[in-house]
Amino acid sequence: MPQNEYIERHQKLYGRRLDYEERKRKREAREPHKRAEKARKLRGIKAKIFNKERRNEKIQMKKKIKAHEEKNVKQNTEKVAEGALPVYLLDRDVQSRAKVLSNMIKQKRKEKAGKWDVPIPKVRAQADAEVFKVLKSGKSKRKAWKRMVTKVTFVGENFTRKPPKFERFIRPMALRFKKAHVTHPELKATFCLPIIGVKKNPSSPMYTSLGVITKGTVIEVNISELGLVTQAGKVVWGKYAQVTNNPENDGCINAVLLV
Amino acid sequence: MEVDSPSCIQAKFKSDTGEETGSPLDLPLNITKDQLQLICNALLQEEDKPFLFFVKDVEITTTIKDALDLKTLNSEEVVEIIYQQQAVFRVRPVTRCTSSIPGHAEAVISTCFSPSGKKLASGSGDTTVRFWDLNTQTPLHVCKGHSNWVLCISWSPDGKKLASACKQGRIILWDPSTGNQIGKPMLGHKQWVTALAWEPYHRNPECRKLASSSKDGDVRIWDTVTCLTLLSLTGHSKAVTSVKWGGNGLIYTSSQDRTIKVWRADDGVLCRTLEGHAHWVNTLALNTDYVLRTGPFHPVMDNNAYSDDKNVLQQRALDRYNAVCQQGAERLVSGSDDFTLFLWLPEKEKKPLARMTGHQQLINDVKFSPDTRIIASASFDKSVKLWEAASGKFITTLRGHVQAVYMVAWSADSRLLLSSSADSTLKVWSMKTKKLELDLPGHADEVYAVDWSPDGAYVASGGKDKVLKLWQH
Repeated sequence: MPQNEYIERHQKLYGRRLDYEERKRKREAREPHKRAEKARKLRGIKAKIFNKERRNEKIQMKKKIKAHEEKNVKQNTEKVAEGALPVYLLDRDVQSRAKVLSNMIKQKRKEKAGKWDVPIPKVRAQADAEVFKVLKSGKSKRKAWKRMVTKVTFVGENFTRKPPKFERFIRPMALRFKKAHVTHPELKATFCLPIIGVKKNPSSPMYTSLGVITKGTVIEVNISELGLVTQAGKVVWGKYAQVTNNPENDGCINAVLLV
Repeated sequence: MEVDSPSCIQAKFKSDTGEETGSPLDLPLNITKDQLQLICNALLQEEDKPFLFFVKDVEITTTIKDALDLKTLNSEEVVEIIYQQQAVFRVRPVTRCTSSIPGHAEAVISTCFSPSGKKLASGSGDTTVRFWDLNTQTPLHVCKGHSNWVLCISWSPDGKKLASACKQGRIILWDPSTGNQIGKPMLGHKQWVTALAWEPYHRNPECRKLASSSKDGDVRIWDTVTCLTLLSLTGHSKAVTSVKWGGNGLIYTSSQDRTIKVWRADDGVLCRTLEGHAHWVNTLALNTDYVLRTGPFHPVMDNNAYSDDKNVLQQRALDRYNAVCQQGAERLVSGSDDFTLFLWLPEKEKKPLARMTGHQQLINDVKFSPDTRIIASASFDKSVKLWEAASGKFITTLRGHVQAVYMVAWSADSRLLLSSSADSTLKVWSMKTKKLELDLPGHADEVYAVDWSPDGAYVASGGKDKVLKLWQH
């Protein structure tokens, strides 16, 4: 072990060799060749370790180069925020309200056509066999016309059952839902809102009438507590939302409001 | 026993500044307003000038009889009839939206007509300033240069430059005829700029100096030719909300530190600190605002007396300023977050003239009428209130908006008032009846900025729905 910084001291006193810079440059120029030879010659575990180290080194190098390049580029990065406010509102925390819903007419038109611009345009078709389970009935369980819905359903409040003997579709109580978690895409906030009805299940009109809720189903929710107001000043209460998850798997309904 | 009410009264005319006109007259009690107007015109040797008449602070709308309380009337006494001259010209109320021009990609935050009323500019959240052609009602120039929301714009009093300031604290000058940038951007403010004010035309017809107030608590005075800061007025401890450049060489600033400060514009010396508000001071208005804004341009009269000579124009601006400010001192009114307004005489006193209470929410905007007789204040309590500018006495409340009122604008003849609100409507109020004249729906969202052109022909409004709307009679 060197006892002192004698090399530095010598350099300070007498200077370096005259050809120091030249030799250093050459050594550095040889370095890639040496490394390449080493890489070619190494075998087995040593090659693996070497390559791994070399790879990490290269990643670090590239990162460094990128950082330097970024430093040179003029920074105009501060993005202009959306939702410009006048000076007199800048210091007041105005809560972002939903836009005045001027598209009531549009929505009505769409309702007529039965088409919406929905967040999930493609919906996987639900086969009958998947949605319904055949129940055997009759004294000797010979009859097989009863069906049990195996998906989440919404059953309206004023629904009255048929006599159980003649009930063709059974909607289990455990799979009935009354509320949905609805996200407002502009407010970026989620509310737990009561469901009013199933507007459309794209798989089949029969599912719509049964109130089956699967992924992609358009449901109507009660948004009166959000306090959205039409241009005429009336409070909007019913709006459509599309289901974004598989409620039968998750045990809850998540939906996006169609604005 | 019934006392016969007298059929005649002794009356004399007095102007609203206190000068008596003519000797006392015997007037019949059923004399109408039009007849009074004829007498008054004859006494003053004027022709067909419109007047308003008041007896004991009650306006005469039909006959004297209705305005006077006959029970308490002393028939020996000489009744003083105070007359107020009104503008000779009339501004017709705007009734319809003549065009809604899309163009801005974000909310329109500020709109402003040029002092002559011939040009229009607007600033928006899409970082551009746009000039609009009023004749064809189409876009004229798009000015890009800012890197954040353009918060405030202001025309130079000669109408040849437009200053705009953005949320990053840059101020840029634009040439309204070409839409090009003039000079360099003026850098210096560390946070956004809240207001801009040019030096009045009658002080310097070159229109060189510009004052800007900023959120960082500074007020800077710029030389717009070299684009450098001349003076930096520091003293406010919180954000400065508004700046006004008075006609007598004083600069008034209001701040969130609850004070209003008065500075001398030439050397930046702090003259006075006006204290009284208990919360942020949001807005300031001078009784000379209108005449300082229009400068040498009279909206109606001067169209044929056009001149290029700056000295002539300066003299004209000075005459107009003196005519408005004949009582001597400028009056200042300030609106605050403590729901009150204060009326000040900032050139002379530190004490307020009057404290005007009544609003139930913060006051966002306050404006003197162009004839300096009425103050209108817009508040977040959904109402506009009117106050007498001389005494600060409450006149009336204008209710009709269903959400916060953001801005008010007066017509040039002071007979109409316009208010813009978060409920997406504009409303025109008549000062004669003190009632709603017209409701102007049309915007799809909150209306942030509104301006009535100084000649009264157009109203421009912009808001969150990104379109600029022009309204006409």
